[in-house]
Amino acid sequence: MTNDLARWQFATTSIYHFLFVPLTIGLSFLVAILQTAWHKGGDEDHRRLTRFFGTLLLINVAVGVVTGLVQEFEFGMNWSTYSRYVGGVFGAPLAMEGLAAFFLESTFLGLWLFGWGRLPRRVHLACIWAVAVGTMLSAMFIMVANSWMQHPVGYRLNGHGEPELSNVAALFTNPTFLWGYVHVLLASLITGALLMLAVAAWHLRREREVPAFKKAAQLSVVVLLPTIVLTMFVGSELGVVETRYQPMKIAAAEAQWESCEPCSFSLFQIGGGKNDQTPSQIIEIPRLLSVLATNSVSGGVTGLNQLQREYEKKYGPGNYVPDVFIQYWSMRIMAYLATLVLLLALWGGWLLHRGRLHRSRLFLGLSIWAVVTPFLMNTAGWMLTENGRQPWIVQGLMKTVNANSPAVGATEVWISLGVFVALYIALGAAEAVLMVRYGRKGLEPAGGEPGPPGPLAPGETTPLPALTY
Amino acid sequence: MQLHTLWFVILAVLWVGFFVLEGFDFGVGALHAVLGRDDTERRVAINTIGPWWDGNEVWLVVAGAGTFAAFPGWYATMFSALYLALLLVLAALMVRGVAFEFRGKSDDPRWRATWTWCMTLGGILIPLLIGVGLGDLLVGLPIDARHEFTGGFLDLLTPYGLWTGLTLLGLCLLHGATFLKLRTDGDLRARAGIAARPLGWAAIGLVVGFVVWTRIVNGHTQVPGPVEVLALIAVVFAALLAAGDRDGWAFTASAIAIAAVVGSLFIDLYPHVMVSSTSAAYDLTVANSAAGHYGLVVMSIVTAIFLPLVLLYQGWSFYVFRARVSAAGRPRSPGSAASPAAP
Repeated sequence: MTNDLARWQFATTSIYHFLFVPLTIGLSFLVAILQTAWHKGGDEDHRRLTRFFGTLLLINVAVGVVTGLVQEFEFGMNWSTYSRYVGGVFGAPLAMEGLAAFFLESTFLGLWLFGWGRLPRRVHLACIWAVAVGTMLSAMFIMVANSWMQHPVGYRLNGHGEPELSNVAALFTNPTFLWGYVHVLLASLITGALLMLAVAAWHLRREREVPAFKKAAQLSVVVLLPTIVLTMFVGSELGVVETRYQPMKIAAAEAQWESCEPCSFSLFQIGGGKNDQTPSQIIEIPRLLSVLATNSVSGGVTGLNQLQREYEKKYGPGNYVPDVFIQYWSMRIMAYLATLVLLLALWGGWLLHRGRLHRSRLFLGLSIWAVVTPFLMNTAGWMLTENGRQPWIVQGLMKTVNANSPAVGATEVWISLGVFVALYIALGAAEAVLMVRYGRKGLEPAGGEPGPPGPLAPGETTPLPALTY
Repeated sequence: MQLHTLWFVILAVLWVGFFVLEGFDFGVGALHAVLGRDDTERRVAINTIGPWWDGNEVWLVVAGAGTFAAFPGWYATMFSALYLALLLVLAALMVRGVAFEFRGKSDDPRWRATWTWCMTLGGILIPLLIGVGLGDLLVGLPIDARHEFTGGFLDLLTPYGLWTGLTLLGLCLLHGATFLKLRTDGDLRARAGIAARPLGWAAIGLVVGFVVWTRIVNGHTQVPGPVEVLALIAVVFAALLAAGDRDGWAFTASAIAIAAVVGSLFIDLYPHVMVSSTSAAYDLTVANSAAGHYGLVVMSIVTAIFLPLVLLYQGWSFYVFRARVSAAGRPRSPGSAASPAAP
């Protein structure tokens, strides 16, 4: 009971946290690009867009940062057995994140936000790049930690049977990490680009500030098109890596109960719940699963039943099959939505090529609604990854069911779950109100940027800089 | 020095850094609604910490994550034992954190009042509760042979822990007042100076009580150590200087006072990290809760590279925004946005 509640809590808080994280990573990168464009070309529109999307970035960062605190504390609060057992390995990348990334991100965000007109322009530009790099570094360390749970490497078991760090380089060259990290970074860029595109499209449909928002729409499409193609490729390679190290995860994602060679890909099935081994296949594509899982048209995929028998032999009795329904559908939601985004990006690329990006009302209208897709894809992707690891909390080393805090009872977890859900709804509502309000607001007037402070003429007083907060 | 001792020192430094830096943020947050008579003055107070509060808070995050990496056993026991207290801390950190960014984004007086409440409550609750937790480490909690906490929420509210919490809260309020005096001008600065006087006296009383009580709890010797003496001297100086015109010295004194109090707590704690009130045999120590040797070596190298860098750029950020924030010359109608909210 307590264990289930703690799992619900971790799922709720981490899924919620990861609504904001990819947007922060993607948008800080895009804002840095906009500011660089202004710095190089001196185009006033680029400065106004930097300020405009910078505001959206900051509103989003606020919730992203504070929900991240919960994640940092939650391991010790709800999962003390896990923390005690793996902290010597798993804690290291978390501490590195704080030292190398979180300080960088937060200090330079403050410098950037308050540094308008106060720092020399070149230095101020460097600040937003430091923020963008900081967010990406932060994701790197978190992915190192998470990948260790998927495929533990670089450790040895000490006298008490606990894993101890023995090779830090192995953590950072873990194949699950390398492919997973690139996949997450690309997904973040997609998230940022789709948000920018949606906001620009909203304004372009109303013919507001067309020259400026046209530039924003162009930038988003230019970023989106290669990124979505790469993400799908990297995601597919990640699937191959996971087939090697976590075969259960991929077999469950395909609802592949029996081994096959070659394997067809199920596009749509009805049924297929936890113990339903014979769902009705609606559409299947021959050999596609072989290609996806093994990069070969005739590759074989080991079925869940065979894996279950192997795992029982290796780890003792127990159920080692993750929830197949969640695996099957989270994988498909992610992949199908990605295909839709790819089509949208191709269409946008073609319109851009023809110089009609800002005029196609249908494209702009769809682009506004497309803003929900990255959030659904990101969530589905994480459900695929994390649910597919079950019943393990660390693959092959520790089961989730043994990992929670003995000192914490169900009442306490109920209370904390209730508090987090209530707070997250309130914070989410406040954030949504502000995002919509500031997203619909016009750009600030041209020529508003006060120059860097210079020497004053006699009798002249400096204009009071506006209050930021 | 053994590596786990080095890591105990690093963590103590992180906690000291957190309270010296975020301490004034808490103080300003708790005092901004009282000292700022209208919305403009309140915004001025908030903007004095605007560029820094987020970076200051990272000291707490790194102290937590550093404990996880270097002393997994300590992290596991401490965070699961302090469960409901930490839940409150998290809730307060969250509403206060978004308050900075959200408050100025709407002109609606109710909206601003809501976030002002969040900032005020956060500024009071967070140092109080963290102080209770730190005091509990030293005075002891029911912990069994497996290093698991066996008590409930009420067991966390030890009298010594509560006093430690009040001491840190009092010091944060004084620290916030000396900071506002240093960073503002005009009426706001004058009011911060007036508030600093009673806060200073209260802080002296709290620190004296803290030192005496710590001696009783940690019964090896009745003579206060040098760091405790430093805390006493610094808090007296802070209280006296806060009334005068030497803002920089007053702030320095309150910073030393808060650093010495937090530092002395960790000095008294060593070589324990959590005392068990059940049996001395169950105490968590630096030795029995530390991570493996190789992991500590790696983390020491990472810290040796990045912590100086952090100090460098955080120091630069403090230098960049060193000018006082002034309310003079700004529109004063309550609730009015002084400017369209900038990013």
